[in-house]
Amino acid sequence: MLGRLTLEALSQDPIETTANVFSLVAAIFIIGLLFYKHRWGWLWKEWLTTLDPKKIGVMYMIVAGAMLFKGIVDALLMRAQQVTAIGDAQGLLDPLHYQQIFTAHGTTMIFFVGMGIIFALMNLMIPLQIGARDVAYPFLNALSFWLFAAGAMLVIISLAIGKFSATGWVAYPPLSGLKYNPGVGVDYWIWSVQIAGVGSLMSGINFFVTIFKMRCPGMTLMKMPIFTWSIIGALVLILFAFPILTATVTMLALDRMLGMHFFTPDFGGNPMMYINLIWAWGHPEVYILILPAFGVFSDVVSTFSRKPLFGYTSMVWAIIAITFLSYIVWLHHFFTMGAGANVNAFFGIMTMIIAVPTGVKVFNWLFTMHKGRISFSTPMLWFLGFAFTFTFGGMAGVLLSIAPVDFQVHNSLFLIAHFHSVIIGGVVFGFFSCFTYIFPKITGFKLNEKLGRYAFYCWFFGFLAAFLPLYLLGLMGATRRLDRYDAGQGWEPLFWVAAFGVVLIACGLGFQILQLLVSVKQRDQNRDTTGDPWDGRTLEWATSSPPPVYNFAIIPDGRARDAFWVHKESIKNGVIPKKPIYEDIHMPKNSPIPMYLGVLAFVFGFALVWHIFWLAGLSFLAILGCTIYRLSDDHPEYTITAKEVEQMEAKR
Amino acid sequence: MSSAAEVVHSRTVYGFWVYLMTDCILFGVLFATFVVLHPNTYNKELFSLPFVLAETLILLVSSFTCGFLPGAMRENNRHKALFWFAVTFLLGAAFVTLELTEFTKLVREGNSWQKSGYFSGFFTLVGTHGFHISVGLLWMIVLMAQIGFRGFNDANIKRVDCFRLFWHFLDVVWIFIFTFVYLLEAM
Repeated sequence: MLGRLTLEALSQDPIETTANVFSLVAAIFIIGLLFYKHRWGWLWKEWLTTLDPKKIGVMYMIVAGAMLFKGIVDALLMRAQQVTAIGDAQGLLDPLHYQQIFTAHGTTMIFFVGMGIIFALMNLMIPLQIGARDVAYPFLNALSFWLFAAGAMLVIISLAIGKFSATGWVAYPPLSGLKYNPGVGVDYWIWSVQIAGVGSLMSGINFFVTIFKMRCPGMTLMKMPIFTWSIIGALVLILFAFPILTATVTMLALDRMLGMHFFTPDFGGNPMMYINLIWAWGHPEVYILILPAFGVFSDVVSTFSRKPLFGYTSMVWAIIAITFLSYIVWLHHFFTMGAGANVNAFFGIMTMIIAVPTGVKVFNWLFTMHKGRISFSTPMLWFLGFAFTFTFGGMAGVLLSIAPVDFQVHNSLFLIAHFHSVIIGGVVFGFFSCFTYIFPKITGFKLNEKLGRYAFYCWFFGFLAAFLPLYLLGLMGATRRLDRYDAGQGWEPLFWVAAFGVVLIACGLGFQILQLLVSVKQRDQNRDTTGDPWDGRTLEWATSSPPPVYNFAIIPDGRARDAFWVHKESIKNGVIPKKPIYEDIHMPKNSPIPMYLGVLAFVFGFALVWHIFWLAGLSFLAILGCTIYRLSDDHPEYTITAKEVEQMEAKR
Repeated sequence: MSSAAEVVHSRTVYGFWVYLMTDCILFGVLFATFVVLHPNTYNKELFSLPFVLAETLILLVSSFTCGFLPGAMRENNRHKALFWFAVTFLLGAAFVTLELTEFTKLVREGNSWQKSGYFSGFFTLVGTHGFHISVGLLWMIVLMAQIGFRGFNDANIKRVDCFRLFWHFLDVVWIFIFTFVYLLEAM
């Protein structure tokens, strides 16, 4: 009846119990608060059923934020293990639990934090920045979010019911095969990644069409803000890479569920095929994460230096070059496979070449700052931190692209230090920069500046303390995923520094939570009444903060780069704006179906993990039913009449 | 069509094209895996080419009958459209039946997907195509109901156009399966 699910699945160790009790208390607290404040209707109407990308973006941020918290707790546990398990000491965790934690850390951070914040930024900024009222397919957009949330829930539920995967975040076979991992762990990984991945692919299609079909009049490709350009790069990568992930993970699932032999070492299967395929997705994936961060910094640097971006055209070509090159470097993740000197040389050289357009971008940012009137607000601080950590980490990457060097440090902590430098120093700093920058646009008030600085310093110095020692440890021979080592190695002091760094980063996160609370409390002092708190350049600042549901009452004019800046200049020069003539606006109606589909996808995934096949079949049928029901709705939109628009605009 | 509906139509069809290209990559991965795992346990006597040729012709004809839909839409002729839908549906269903027959025969002979990497690749590649065709069949049922009840409104024209793209795309994929999985092997 319940497949593999027995009471045994609920057995936990004290750490897991603590995490579960914490989640339960948090859930009860939130539910209690909703009852106490009578906010269920509000939650349903304004959030759960919404198809508004601005709100979906916020929901992405909430889920990604919760997952970031979980991921940092994972990191703390790993470092705590590494400073306690020396020689014969057992340490905090048993090996199996430790393996689950590093797997969960990677999976969480890439799929549910990295991808979450990228889609949050897309939802919040793209429609506004291209002067559009909505995305191309609002329903599909909400569905993507709910599938993302369903995937995240599968990772969380594995804490309470059963075990998570213990095979590392990319689940290499044959270790992840049925023979060596017969339990549910790898299946949790498979279905959480699969469900979230399908959501990502849908978002990829959605925003691709949005950017190519819905830009405001006059905004030709070479007039688009660089953030939009960088998102195009990321979207092209999503469109090419995520189908590979879907197919690969499906084949792994077939190996495990139906006893196929794609990636088994016997019966004609080929584990190296998996490793090629997963990195043919995985390498574009890291550029999917970093390109939007590049876009963020391009906007932030030019806004806070009050100058147009230096070298716009070269910036665009750099994005295109990076997009293209990132498809042909995947083999550098496994130079040690033994593909031969020529193959390794090709991929090594391509990897070095990809540093060139990246360097172009760094110099463009620096030249943008040159002779600018720079204001060192928090978003700019994050940029400066990024410029250091990312360049540093990037150069370590170039070092790794030399195959003989890679042979020495393959799977060592040097590699870990490298990719954390570019992902924390790049993606995460980029997101925080953008978060501070875009926050007044979403909420109508600015974040507290002082606490933001504290958070930045904690993160920055925490990052240095946490990862610089890893470069050294890697060179000293410490491998990744190590749960214990001999005291004679002399690694202990450096691991302590690294652990201290993670604590500092956790303090940074604490300051950010505090910053959020304080800012909400003091919101009346930091109100943004103009819609343009930073003296912005691009169109998202041309509307009020927070924007009305339709974003723009009158579709703006995008004929100039930095369109809003040019508009402001023309007003300063005495051009009087025309009196607006409003028109009817069509907006999508709310729909609960994306949420239903998300819940059903979660049930479907959960049932497959535990081999509860009747439930899987039932939820699959329900998914089909909901889809057909929605696809038979011929009138998914409502109209806001010109008169209503006029009234709403008058109130602003 | 009103101009607003035209915008929605072109946007949706464009997005559907993008989706098809991602699907194309998905099939590309399955083809690549099939080719890599291929050198194992292949046996020429496994497939009957005339049988596969029959499958192929049925699918090609179904693409042809699907090609009558735009004409019926232009004439706003509901019955004609439903007729061609029904014919396409029957051909598609015949194709799936034949494919399942072939699968059953292989499994009965002891050549199931568990036998080797080659058969895993074969069943997954051909089966994914068959799954797509089955989704197409379900889609046709829904479309027939939508057209039957509501006629050719803007939303339905958009849906039929997407469906046609989907169906022809699956034909193209099948041509590659026919060539690489069956034909080249038999030579």
